[in-house]
Amino acid sequence: MSSESERSKASRSAYLKAYRIMLMARVLEEKLASLYRAGLIKGGVFLGRGQEALSVSVGINLRKGDIFAPLIRDQAGRMAFGDSVLDTLRTYLGSQLGSMRGRDGNIHRGRPREGYYAMISHLGAMVPVIAGALMARRFRGETGVVGATCLGDGGTSTGAFHEGINVAAVEKLPLVIIVANNQYAYSTPNGRQFACQDLLDKAVGYGVVGHRVEATDLADCLKVVGSAIEAARRGGGPQLVVGDLLRLVGHGEHDDAAYVDANLKSSPLGRDCLKVSEEFLIQKGWASAEQMKRWRAEAKNEVDVTAAKVQREPSPDPNEDDWKAISSPCEMLAEA
Amino acid sequence: MITYLEAIRSALAKALADDPRVFLYGQDIGSFGGAFKATKNLAKEFPGRVIDSPLSEDAIVGVAIGAAIEGMRPIIEMQFADFSVCGMNQIVNHAATLFYRTEVPCPIVVRLPSGGTPGSGPFHSQSMEALYAHYPGLIVMTPGTVEDAFSMLLEAVAIDDPVLFCEHKFLYNHLKADRLPDFNIPSFKARLSRQGRDATVVTYGAMLHESLAAAEELAEDGYEIEIVDLRTVKPLDTDTVLASVARTGRMLCVAEAWPWGGVAAEVVARVSADGFGLLDAPPQRLSARDTPVPYHPDLWSAHRPTASAIASAMRRLLEM
Repeated sequence: MSSESERSKASRSAYLKAYRIMLMARVLEEKLASLYRAGLIKGGVFLGRGQEALSVSVGINLRKGDIFAPLIRDQAGRMAFGDSVLDTLRTYLGSQLGSMRGRDGNIHRGRPREGYYAMISHLGAMVPVIAGALMARRFRGETGVVGATCLGDGGTSTGAFHEGINVAAVEKLPLVIIVANNQYAYSTPNGRQFACQDLLDKAVGYGVVGHRVEATDLADCLKVVGSAIEAARRGGGPQLVVGDLLRLVGHGEHDDAAYVDANLKSSPLGRDCLKVSEEFLIQKGWASAEQMKRWRAEAKNEVDVTAAKVQREPSPDPNEDDWKAISSPCEMLAEA
Repeated sequence: MITYLEAIRSALAKALADDPRVFLYGQDIGSFGGAFKATKNLAKEFPGRVIDSPLSEDAIVGVAIGAAIEGMRPIIEMQFADFSVCGMNQIVNHAATLFYRTEVPCPIVVRLPSGGTPGSGPFHSQSMEALYAHYPGLIVMTPGTVEDAFSMLLEAVAIDDPVLFCEHKFLYNHLKADRLPDFNIPSFKARLSRQGRDATVVTYGAMLHESLAAAEELAEDGYEIEIVDLRTVKPLDTDTVLASVARTGRMLCVAEAWPWGGVAAEVVARVSADGFGLLDAPPQRLSARDTPVPYHPDLWSAHRPTASAIASAMRRLLEM
């Protein structure tokens, strides 16, 4: 077999793997939306529809031992990094068995011990935190580790983003920041968010490497995000990846997104990355429409079965919670 | 003789020497040795472990949180407690919530050079302990002696939770002791600094010394004032406070911080609610005035409680 066909086979299998995760994330999010409409979700629901290609490319290019702090629209990236349908549903439905045990919910979930950090709501806050985690790894002499975090256009306006990326640049840390410029921060359009011509210009200002990605094209996402992560891993310092796309849902499921400009929806930015990847798969002959239909049905079945199971799980019991915010063993802390 | 500041530096050096997980991060703390010289020579003594940060309080705390999640024991310096509000989001929303949310503890120490000194003005004088004590998930220490500055800082590093270490700038060079302690009282226990019988003063930080001076003044008139040094304001050692109130029947809480919702307010609330039957007079508090901290030393000394203001408040309480 020639090296050309080896490469083609490798990219085919990477693409298919990423597609299957995107599909699972989409199907799972459709279920979350449906559960939300049925009033079964304890809090808000925030979906990543339209951002799966960029998101999955982050998680899939990270390795065990890397650090990942996803954000609000990263269901696909989370699953690529090892999050499960089960824990997603548990966290949304408030199961006591979920990783956050009902103490936090929806997208505020993670397993920090496994390098999967649990975001706080304050945008940009994870940037310096991942920088610190990478400093810790460096202290321990670990090399080849990458930390990645995702952000939106709105997040780039925060002080935390600015301070965090600057610290990472000063320390030359292997931090990759992926900005999904989905044109709106909640309802605020780019024109009210920043005045630079291009968010990628910020890379120059901070002295980090910038990468442009075609965010609705899975092949380009896999390639560009992959090379940014590889560059950080090889010691190239912080990398800023910017992809333009359109959020294909409201900020949350409570939001009808009536403010989104119709021209944007019909522009190339408004393409649905999942559909684009399905067309690509057919065009390449890597999967048939029937095959993809089967995959979708399989995903839907797994999601439905898991949701039914989680709905039968216990809720957290206020009488069982130890109500401790502090880990120190001290009798006085109970009444602190 | 060793000063309060030297005790802090010695504790930092000991923590660095004893525990490879410890590192220091903050503005100007490297070869310069810090704005107050708390880290003098430490960068040289511990290469690569005493690190200058950019002027970014939010990132300093964020870096500490990430490093702590990965198993380190970062000690960060806010150049002045006043500036910690620029990093407050990471402190109160991230460090403070991490254990409750994820079961992963967040062992960071945030050093806050706190409190007023003459001429420091509105932005280099603040006492932030009540602000941080308000948030669940944080431990707030307010050492008032050289010995505590040393032993409590070491305990703060050992504790698995985020600690706000409110070290008082007024005490840095003023306060001296013969030697560093070779034992320590657990940081969460209040201490009886002076025994008495007629009334209790509950206090902490630099106000401990103003209160001790006031007690000396009252002793000349035959009053025996008991003084409880809280040492740590959160968790608050209510038991030691109430035991003292049980002996004296009168309580004044003295704090350098602002009055509204402060530590003194909390002490008064607890003594009223849990020790009402022990009281012979309404519990009192004496705090700073409810204005920004003034620049001019004459205004400043009238803004915060002083020994003579405390003595006057005590006399009023003793007459009630």
